[in-house]
Amino acid sequence: QLKAYGHPGIALARSAEEPAAPSTEDGESSHQHGGGGYRIVQWEWSYVQTPYIIASWLLVASVAKILFHFSQRFTTAVPESCMLILLGLVLGAVVLIASKKQPYQLDPGLFFLFLLPTIVGDAGYFMPARLFFDNLGAILLYAVVGTLWNAFCTGFCLYGVKMAGVIVNAGLMDFLLFGALISAVDPVAVLAVFEEVHVNETLFIIVFGESLVNDAVTVVLYKVYISFVEVGPGNVHTADYFKGIASFLIVSIGGTLVGLIFAVILAFVTRFTKKVRIIEPLFVFLLVYLAYLTAELFSLSAILSMTFCGIGCKKYVEANISQKSRTTVKYTMKTLASIAETIIFIFLGISAVDKSKWAWDTGLVVSTLIFILVFRAMGVVGQTWFLNWFRLVPLDKIDQVVMSYGGLRGAVAFALVVLLDKEQVKAKDYFVATTIVVVFFTVMFQGLTIKPLVKWLKVPRSTNRKPTINEEIHERAFDHILTAVEDIAGLNGYHHWRDKWEQFDKNYLSKLLLRKSVYHKSELWEAYQKINIRDAISVIDQGGNVLTSARLSLPSMASRTSFPEVTNVTNYLRENGSGVCLDLQVIDTVPGAKIEEELETHHVLAGNLYKPRRRYQSHYSRHFMTVGEKERQDREVFQRNMRNRLESFKSTRYKRHKKDRSQKKAIAQNWRPRLAKTDKYPAVVPVAPEEDKHDPSEPDKDDDVGITFVARKAPETPKERPKSAALDVCQSPVAAPPSPTCGEKNLPWKSGVGSLPPCVSVEATKIIPIDLQQAWNQSISSLESLASPPAPPEPQHPRVSALSRLGGPLRTPAKGKSSGSGGAGSGSNTGSPSSGQFKFPTGKEEEEEGALSQQQQEMQPLMSSLRPPPPPPPPPAAQSAGKRRNPCVYLRSLVTVPPSGAEPQSRRPTQL
Amino acid sequence: KKLNISHSQITRLYSRFHSLDKGENGALSREDFQRIPELAINPLGDRIINAFFPEGEDQVNFRGFMRTLAHFRPVEDNEKNKDLTSGEPLNSRTNKLHFAFQLYDLDRDDKISRDELLQVLRMMVGVNISDEQLGSIADRTIQEADTNGDMCISFSEFTKVLEKVDVEQKMSIRFLH
Repeated sequence: QLKAYGHPGIALARSAEEPAAPSTEDGESSHQHGGGGYRIVQWEWSYVQTPYIIASWLLVASVAKILFHFSQRFTTAVPESCMLILLGLVLGAVVLIASKKQPYQLDPGLFFLFLLPTIVGDAGYFMPARLFFDNLGAILLYAVVGTLWNAFCTGFCLYGVKMAGVIVNAGLMDFLLFGALISAVDPVAVLAVFEEVHVNETLFIIVFGESLVNDAVTVVLYKVYISFVEVGPGNVHTADYFKGIASFLIVSIGGTLVGLIFAVILAFVTRFTKKVRIIEPLFVFLLVYLAYLTAELFSLSAILSMTFCGIGCKKYVEANISQKSRTTVKYTMKTLASIAETIIFIFLGISAVDKSKWAWDTGLVVSTLIFILVFRAMGVVGQTWFLNWFRLVPLDKIDQVVMSYGGLRGAVAFALVVLLDKEQVKAKDYFVATTIVVVFFTVMFQGLTIKPLVKWLKVPRSTNRKPTINEEIHERAFDHILTAVEDIAGLNGYHHWRDKWEQFDKNYLSKLLLRKSVYHKSELWEAYQKINIRDAISVIDQGGNVLTSARLSLPSMASRTSFPEVTNVTNYLRENGSGVCLDLQVIDTVPGAKIEEELETHHVLAGNLYKPRRRYQSHYSRHFMTVGEKERQDREVFQRNMRNRLESFKSTRYKRHKKDRSQKKAIAQNWRPRLAKTDKYPAVVPVAPEEDKHDPSEPDKDDDVGITFVARKAPETPKERPKSAALDVCQSPVAAPPSPTCGEKNLPWKSGVGSLPPCVSVEATKIIPIDLQQAWNQSISSLESLASPPAPPEPQHPRVSALSRLGGPLRTPAKGKSSGSGGAGSGSNTGSPSSGQFKFPTGKEEEEEGALSQQQQEMQPLMSSLRPPPPPPPPPAAQSAGKRRNPCVYLRSLVTVPPSGAEPQSRRPTQL
Repeated sequence: KKLNISHSQITRLYSRFHSLDKGENGALSREDFQRIPELAINPLGDRIINAFFPEGEDQVNFRGFMRTLAHFRPVEDNEKNKDLTSGEPLNSRTNKLHFAFQLYDLDRDDKISRDELLQVLRMMVGVNISDEQLGSIADRTIQEADTNGDMCISFSEFTKVLEKVDVEQKMSIRFLH
């Protein structure tokens, strides 16, 4: 980044060292001539000059910051920006006295190309997106209408004052131009002052958002007026005004689009940086900066572009890059922004000293100050009045006062005014002086007084508090509630659209921009993890022991009291699939972490807060993904809701709306067959002929049963299957040595699973088979007790029941009744009495009813198997394996057909 | 009506009520709500529908409909003061919270048990997160909120844990002024 400063730095340095440089060079050359031969020490000032000066400046600025913060009492009263400007004034005076000339200036090129983007990039990237969009309406109004209002009023009124003959002589266009550049609230100044004031978030986001978004207005007005000034006011046609408006639209919307495009690119690129973690932060900086430059390139609003790039990409980038990269990005951005801000303020101070650059006009200065304050206040009051018609939480008087008073002007105005061409704008020097005064007044006087003002008005302060898990959960619930209520009331309100956007985000954007492993993580789980990590860190900070703290503050322990004690943290972490890892690196250094990670990718965290919850399906069929993906979540929720409704329907014996119901069921039914049909195609592909009879039904059945509960478990099954295979294998001499591949051979339905991850660890197959068998039996018996209480817990039983189940769906289309009873036989008996209700006279309806009720019966054991605590703990040796897999065992044998086909085969040797 | 809803909004909602009321008997049944397509894909849809019905009934008339909706009316400044005189309005903070609380509290024992919390979490979180993880989230949630050690979240604990949240704002919709 330093190097980036190179170009303007050279100019800067050159101008700085002009008087000094010749002498040093002379000295150097004479030295060379005089000494001759080899010199041990060389004076190479000209070589290092530029970076040296830049580095020195940065050092001075940074040291200045340290010094300010020595005195606590002082810094609480005086904002840093004031101190920096004062320091700049002093430094400028010193340099001026020393060299009789002011070499340093806030160079607009340097400012717009390097200093501003670092601040805006930081602001955009760390912008609280939700808050920003919640208040988008207000921000846009203040930014566009407010800025226009300020610009025109200030411009015209100054012209009026000029007509009265009080101030310097300049044209109307000149004054309008000046009005435009002086009226925009400045992001740098606002950030510098407001960050120290800590007003509440809404207030802050409105003022700050305005200062960012109004850039488009300022840029356009500035350019339009410059061109008007160039051609002369007389030659401006009406069409030009419309061009100005069109240009505004293009500049703002174009800038936003450029930003969003870069956001998408950035997010997409970070999807693939897994192997090159080290340059992840670089991508972030580069692309965000490129967004800014590209917008500048097309003379669009660069600030808008960068802001939206930051806002847009953050969610995806943060999810994609590693924790360390996240920290790096955060600190680097903050460091750069802080330094840039410091330099800007110091240079503002220095620039003010140079008397040759400006000319004083008391009338202009005073009237400008009065106008910008008055019009700001009027604008804010008027717009707020308008806004409060629409706002959920109206902005009250106090807010309006702070907003009016917080309209700070800053370096952007100064840089723009310095950019003016003196040939065209004759009054430039007066404008420069006025701008400097205005900036100083707003930053120093208002910046100094805003804190006491806020205190005095008792403006609600922001609490820098992280949300608790309760708040996370309940606020999400609130969002769902509000969306539902809006839907019920038939309003297409804010929540409605936000929900729509979130659906879109989940279904398309996230899928495109997030890593697969990340995509499946639940936001809620992430939040939970973050809170856990924070707690753990704070516990450790307070001198706690990780081991004990892990027990205390990671309540996941409580849920698994049935499991044997975990002996150390690493084990603990490993078991949880990095669920509660205190430090990501801990997990990474664990041997076999890769497998863990793979596993995690596949099964640990999947699903999202009900948007699209697509399961990781490729184990079943690689082509599945292409089908009905986007409907998955809807279907899931839909089905579940339908199921619940059906249950309540049954329980209340509510028969009135029969027709309507069967209609709904028809929908529910239609969804599944459609999927099932498409599923069959990939299933035909597999190599072994025997699979054909199992495989097609597998995804089919899978979907029938519900989606849901199989989904998460599915990736785990690879681990489970070889286990059961190994178990058989160890007992039968016939079988091949225990290895994953052998497991696959033994279980024909598994080769359809082609892309098995390496998670079929050999370890799993080696663990004492007897324990595994125990675990297996236990799980089976628990399955049986859940599924069909009366049946004796025999190992063959699942096969039988599964076989009968296999028969079930086949018969379903033919005769609903029999399938219902078939399902009742193998499934729970809770559903069977109620199934009788669904025998409607019409044949078609009957079919659907039967199929559905059967599905339901299958669901019930499933759901109940998920709720109760895991089965009795398996022996310690198998605990790590058995625990997590047990649920999947019953799921497997209950749900899918394959085990029924597989088990007889693999078991045959044992029985023989 | 004493719900403080403007006339135009009542008219608007009344026509909405009628368009939902397919049975045309002046009352909405669960099916009428379930017919709203967006609700079928709302994770908490059914819970919210249930909240519209008084306990043990499966019909809700317009008055009841409005009464439920009135929970979501924003709190206005001038109302904060007169709370004391005229009982608690439906859109008070407590009532808003209670509405949300009821969604969790299935058995209406004024406590959110671990199971009840798990059910709601499961609804909101989708199916791909494991039970263990969800369980640990639930445990933590309860641990955090539970003050009297009964491993349930009572309504007062619920209120307490959300006291820093701007419920008035987050449980309000900008209609019904």
